[in-house]
Amino acid sequence: MAERLRFRFTKLGKIRFTSQRDVARMWERALRRSGLEIALSQGFNPRPLLAFGLALPTGAESLAEYLDATLVGSAPVELVELADSLSSLLPEGLAVSGVGVLPDAAGSLQQEVTSCTWELEVLGVTATELARRVGRLLDAPSVSVRRERKGRIFDDDLRPSVRSLGLLDPAQGANTVRGQSTWLGAETATQPRGVRPRELVEALGTEVVLARARRTQQWIEHDGARHEPLEASARVADVTAPHAIERAS
Amino acid sequence: MATLWPSIEPLLDGVSKPARYIGGEQGATVPVHGEGKVAWLVIYPDTYEIGLPNQGLQILYELLNERPDALAERSYAPWLDMEAAMRAAGVPLFSVENHLAARDFDVFAFNLSAELVYTNVVNLIDLAGVPIHAAARTADDPLVVAGGHCTFNPEPLADFVDAFVLGDGEEVVGEMNEVVRDWLATGAGRSRPALLEAFASLEGVYVPSLYGVTYDGPRLTSVTPRTPQVPERVVKRTIADLAEWPYPKRQLVPLTEVVHDRLNVEVFRGCTRGCRFCQAGMITRPVRERPATQVRAMIRSGLERTGYDEVALTSLSTADFSSIEDTVAAVVGGGCGDQRVSVSLPSLRVDAFTVTTATQIAHARRTGLTFAPEGGTWRMRRVINKLITEEDLYGAVDAAFSNGWRRVKLYFLIGLPTERDEDVLGIAALARRCVEIGRRHHRAPTVVASVGGFVPKAHTPFQWFGQDSASELRRKINLLKDACRGARGVSLRWHDPEASVAEGLASRGDRRMGAVIERVWRAGGTFQEWSECFDLGRWEEALAAEGLSFEEIAHRERSGDEVLPWDHLSAGLHKDFLWGDWQDALAQVSVEDCRWTPCYDCGACTDAGLEHVVASTTPPAGGSQGTGQDLSAGGRVPVHLVSAPGDR
Ligand code: SF4
Repeated sequence: MAERLRFRFTKLGKIRFTSQRDVARMWERALRRSGLEIALSQGFNPRPLLAFGLALPTGAESLAEYLDATLVGSAPVELVELADSLSSLLPEGLAVSGVGVLPDAAGSLQQEVTSCTWELEVLGVTATELARRVGRLLDAPSVSVRRERKGRIFDDDLRPSVRSLGLLDPAQGANTVRGQSTWLGAETATQPRGVRPRELVEALGTEVVLARARRTQQWIEHDGARHEPLEASARVADVTAPHAIERAS
Repeated sequence: MATLWPSIEPLLDGVSKPARYIGGEQGATVPVHGEGKVAWLVIYPDTYEIGLPNQGLQILYELLNERPDALAERSYAPWLDMEAAMRAAGVPLFSVENHLAARDFDVFAFNLSAELVYTNVVNLIDLAGVPIHAAARTADDPLVVAGGHCTFNPEPLADFVDAFVLGDGEEVVGEMNEVVRDWLATGAGRSRPALLEAFASLEGVYVPSLYGVTYDGPRLTSVTPRTPQVPERVVKRTIADLAEWPYPKRQLVPLTEVVHDRLNVEVFRGCTRGCRFCQAGMITRPVRERPATQVRAMIRSGLERTGYDEVALTSLSTADFSSIEDTVAAVVGGGCGDQRVSVSLPSLRVDAFTVTTATQIAHARRTGLTFAPEGGTWRMRRVINKLITEEDLYGAVDAAFSNGWRRVKLYFLIGLPTERDEDVLGIAALARRCVEIGRRHHRAPTVVASVGGFVPKAHTPFQWFGQDSASELRRKINLLKDACRGARGVSLRWHDPEASVAEGLASRGDRRMGAVIERVWRAGGTFQEWSECFDLGRWEEALAAEGLSFEEIAHRERSGDEVLPWDHLSAGLHKDFLWGDWQDALAQVSVEDCRWTPCYDCGACTDAGLEHVVASTTPPAGGSQGTGQDLSAGGRVPVHLVSAPGDR
């Protein structure tokens, strides 16, 4: 029986500058080395059946990326071992923090993920000024951003996708080579349209500069409650990768 | 010595492809610096994605990091946007492992695989904060050395580089390391000239500042040692047995996309097909094969370690590897691990036999097959000694189309010695004929004819030849365009003739080209390999300002008694052998491959006390001459051979 596995993994440190495609190739190589047999697509040039959820912008970090893999057979019994071995085969900065066997009925990440939580380190204005601008953005009925799609430029309203936005603990800020930073927390919805961290920060004014974005959670919402994407799994192994952050940065 | 990462990181949000600058490749060494270790920065003077796969650079990187008295990190040319950001922020050239400033290293070692990167070499020395002129550097500045195929005429870079290495680097890099180590240990007051003299005493190392040059008007009249301690002639290094050097053992697996992103295993070095235009074939003689068992072991461990699902068997003409069939069969038959693996042969011989071998194992990805007949007529191919008959080519093309390939790509050169318009037009005739052959098997076959302008190179029989001007090359391309007009299925592509002419300046110029390169660089002419950056106007202005001309350096045919800028350097080939081969070319007389016919004493083996190391003494079946293309130039699309999904 072909089962599907859902992996949760981090992307931290220098590796944040690789693209989504790069990460896909790293996973393909690591899976080949692990010996876990992944089913192949049909057709002229068969590819392993791997589905990554929401794209993470190049340059952003994440504590919660997901990958669904369709296996040739059934899932291994020792999920913790599998997670650990994959972490050791993946490059520094990528580490598996959870894995679960998906029920047949589970939809794809692309369809199901409804929102995600971000931590954003910004520079350019004081914390007080930043708080004022955040308040103004939240009060505004609409916030337009300029976007390019298929070579055409038009304006989108990002306000409906901003679920929450606020300053995090000031102690988290740091004195960087470019000045004092402040951290923001945000939850953004994937519908009607996703919001890139950079767009959100730009909407706070031109002097505000995004120094680092870190996705901390992704959520699947149904029946009015938020669920972590691994919750749907029948069998889950939570592997905390305690040193992942320190190791990678 | 502190990492520059905190200053580099903020720049990366604003540049294209930031993963070029982060390192982190699997197989990379992040060395610890310290007393007693010579710190090398190995530099590829083009972008990361072109430079990372370079096998020569990876081999030296590994060899140095294996030594207790050395360490090596890598650097590549930052793209225009990143360089601008770095200069604006005061960030110098840095290594990708520890992100240290280039100046923290003792030696810069450049890999020179193509002439048009020369302005990048100057730019990178400058970006490192080091004086670009070798003469202006002090004992506190890093040493600048260079290796790679282009060092067989290093004179255009003589102003900027302290020492060049000719030939295989595996042995000499260790010897150079010892010289630098001992010199560093002498402490304060050490002198740079003493170090350079010690370098010059090593076989295969050329220190240009120790040689004086004389001219008579526009002509070079001599390049001779300034001191009796240095040899009149520097002879290249050759490793006798590839089996002793199973490197790279830990091929770098990049985090981001690069060219040739696959496992590469070198199956032999050298080529004796004798293609007269091919510098790589001439300067890497004799042929030295890697034992088939070692090839298999390297493939097996390489696939296991990297997770790649593709392996390229590299050489100048891989179909000539005496164990090619067994090796390919072992890979696709699962003898090198239990994964589904595809094989690519970056150079195919032009004959039906090769295609049939290819086809036996190729059941997928059958998109395109590439052959390099190089010349449009049999007459032309005899001149260049690429002895592919029309029957060979048509047989190969028929085999390709009948075995399911839908696209065949043919490589040609124009601007070859003795070329007439009918030879150029022969390219169109061949391409049309190949489409007709394809129609026997498919409704809409495609034949791509890719045409490059020939650039004569040092240490080849064509080193005396007067290169075609850009306008003459352009005229020939137009002839071809007309001849291919309306030919369904034929698609013509060509290389910029102006870039070929600039390459010609750098490939056969003498020391006076240094000032030209410097001017082009000062005018902003970096990344000259890239069409979006190349501008012949900059070269024209620089030449004029230096009182030099295209005519004198590139387009003029040289006479037999003229002093060539590289006469004091030897690739092992006797000059009278090359001259004789040049005369044979003009008379349309061909020579055979000396692997399977008696030696004609070119000098490569006889002078160095070497022999070909080939497992089989019989020529491969199929019999035809090979492709001999210069892989270091890159860009030639490799052929993919893939096992069937069920084949394990
Ligand atoms: S010395 Fe003789 S055998 Fe050796 S490469 Fe030259 S011609 Fe061939």
